[in-house]
Amino acid sequence: MIDQLFILFVILPVLTAVILFAIGPRSVWQQRASLAVVALLWAFSLYGLVHVLQTGIVVLRMGDWPAPYGIILVADVLSMTMVALTMTIALAVTLFSLPTVDRARQEHFYYPLFFILLMGVNGAFLTGDIFNLFVFFEVLLIASYALMALGSDADQLRETNIYVVLNLIASAVFLLGLAATYRIMGTLNMADLAVKMQAQAENPLLTVLAMVFLFVFGTKAAIFPLYFWLPGPYFPPPAGISAFFGGILTKVGVYAIFRTFTLLFRHDPSFTHELLLALSAATMLFGVLGAISQMDVKRILSYHIISQIGYMILGIGLFTPQALAGALFYIVHHVIVKSALFLISGAVQETTGTTSLKALGGLATRSWFLSALFLVAALSLAGLPPLSGFFSKFIILQAGMHEGRYGYVAIGLLGSFLTLFSMLKIWNGVFWGADRAPTRPAGLRPLLPGVVLLVSLTIGIGLFPSVLYRVVDAAAGQLTDPRVYIEAVLGPQTPGSGILPAERTSQ
Amino acid sequence: MTSLVLSTATRFLLPLMLLFSLFLLLRGHNDPGGGFVGGLVAATGFVLYALAYGVEAAQRVLRVHPRVLIAIGLLCALGSGALACMSGQPFLTGLWSGYEIPVLGKVGTPLVFDVGVYVMVVGVTLLIIFSLAEE
Amino acid sequence: MELLMIAVIGILFGCGTYLLLQAHLLQIIVGLALFSHGANLALMVSGGLKRGGPPLLTIGAPYADPLPQALILTAIVISFGVTAFALVLAFLTKQVCVSNDVDELAGG
Repeated sequence: MIDQLFILFVILPVLTAVILFAIGPRSVWQQRASLAVVALLWAFSLYGLVHVLQTGIVVLRMGDWPAPYGIILVADVLSMTMVALTMTIALAVTLFSLPTVDRARQEHFYYPLFFILLMGVNGAFLTGDIFNLFVFFEVLLIASYALMALGSDADQLRETNIYVVLNLIASAVFLLGLAATYRIMGTLNMADLAVKMQAQAENPLLTVLAMVFLFVFGTKAAIFPLYFWLPGPYFPPPAGISAFFGGILTKVGVYAIFRTFTLLFRHDPSFTHELLLALSAATMLFGVLGAISQMDVKRILSYHIISQIGYMILGIGLFTPQALAGALFYIVHHVIVKSALFLISGAVQETTGTTSLKALGGLATRSWFLSALFLVAALSLAGLPPLSGFFSKFIILQAGMHEGRYGYVAIGLLGSFLTLFSMLKIWNGVFWGADRAPTRPAGLRPLLPGVVLLVSLTIGIGLFPSVLYRVVDAAAGQLTDPRVYIEAVLGPQTPGSGILPAERTSQ
Repeated sequence: MTSLVLSTATRFLLPLMLLFSLFLLLRGHNDPGGGFVGGLVAATGFVLYALAYGVEAAQRVLRVHPRVLIAIGLLCALGSGALACMSGQPFLTGLWSGYEIPVLGKVGTPLVFDVGVYVMVVGVTLLIIFSLAEE
Repeated sequence: MELLMIAVIGILFGCGTYLLLQAHLLQIIVGLALFSHGANLALMVSGGLKRGGPPLLTIGAPYADPLPQALILTAIVISFGVTAFALVLAFLTKQVCVSNDVDELAGG
């Protein structure tokens, strides 16, 4: 019975969106209902994560159709971790949006669109077949286009056009990949695909499929040659939206790479995962170099998203249980800290009217509390010891050392060092020195609850890393042994049907 | 855009198209048709009316705002799915009443779902076209 | 027949790419629409082109593969919605930024 309630992660956001849409944009209930529903879903997602950890994978069969034929939702530890993370960020963003979203945006359905976005994101994390992954991707993209263009000043429209065109190209290629997959494999259910792909691991077309999907998901996740679009669109929209986009949206792409390259494309890791490693190094390096050349808080943060996606891909490329756990740990840490930093930049923008380093300075004298929050989040992002960033980088780089990939470890450390540099640049430009920033009458206090929530999470993870590590370790365990996932979806498999646990464990 | 032929024909065509859309909706379970196609046909009827008499007149004939139609349709569809959840079966499982009703045939949650799709398609299509026509 | 369809898909994607490289936003959107048509055709071919009845229990074999049709219907609805959105966006851009030329937009 509890299992059936997992459908709420997808249904409740739509339901809320529709009701908010129908009651009209002026109602005070837009804000109250949004906060209530997000808080409810947040609590339920944490409960759901614990439930999945204790009782194993939850599979929902829509309309009671058996697995390879019907539509299914699968909640394993990875999916539920991502859903819980999404809802945490959604809560912080909603708390931040209540005082900052202006009347015009609210009247153009800001809150309903946000819930449609949530439905798409949760659905993408939970779906068990690759076509519905496409559908949920489109749902979240349509909502994100609208949220990005909302307010329609010239900058926003220009960047939204780029974002829409790029994503439409990726979607067309995604459909082509689905057509090819269905042609070759005769199924689109991920568990069923995993079985069939293991059975014909020799088929060279599998690598072609892997590359097509890597292109699609790589575009959404902004990995090395495909990241050029990212910094632009995240700059103009209001900070609440930037925080959710910067924290969660690119990570949907990373999640899709995680899912497909651990469950489906494990036939030839010496090519596919080696390629992921090379791409991850380039992503880490170019992202961080891009950040150094920027002089605006939001743009610096956007470039750092790119470099940090490199670390996650590094974890998948190494493809050992510890590396996967480390990459997941990194995702959790990164999403929390990055959203916190975006929200802080939003608070700076609300109170001063700008995020340019050249126009700001000396905010530490105005609010020591905001400065302290920034410092904690920034040092966590750079990976200083008592905070969550240290442990996440440590686990991945240690896994790299075990594998003897010293070059990649060196690039990771270099990236971390340069991150510290550009965080200090923001610190010096915005918070330190003489107070020369412009002032706006907006109060700072109502903006802080969401930021405090996220920053205390990064401190909490830093103090008790073993709690989170147990979760990501369980997730990595399920990822390295796809039999668990397959049997949960399709029922017990006959022994010797060719499904093997991870091949590339450390010697 | 005032053509006597068009405006006179529309008066007869709109009810006919609505009737045909209902026919498509009801035969959809076992034959080609269904809520989606039916909804499109019904929406086309209102668009035709808007072409002949203007958007405002079509809005008046529709009586409710398309936004409300979207909400009602989605609630119908989700509600029919959730009904199965309440009896402990997976979401969207079809529940059947077991009685045969003349014209409608056997009634169950799939019909409610289809009606929801029908209403929502009418709402979405008209919302898009009306707001574009107003620009 | 399948070869012909694949050639058509290739032509659609070729024309789409050409339009995508043009300067005007509207041409780019038409190019993207061609992309989605090509992808939909590819989905249709993916099930294999063969004759068969509707996949209903009362009629029985031989029946056509219903899955590609369901996939195409979904994909068409999605591309319809997104294309409509892209057109409105281009319209708004024209109003706010005065131009729909990509080079001018990038410069401004």
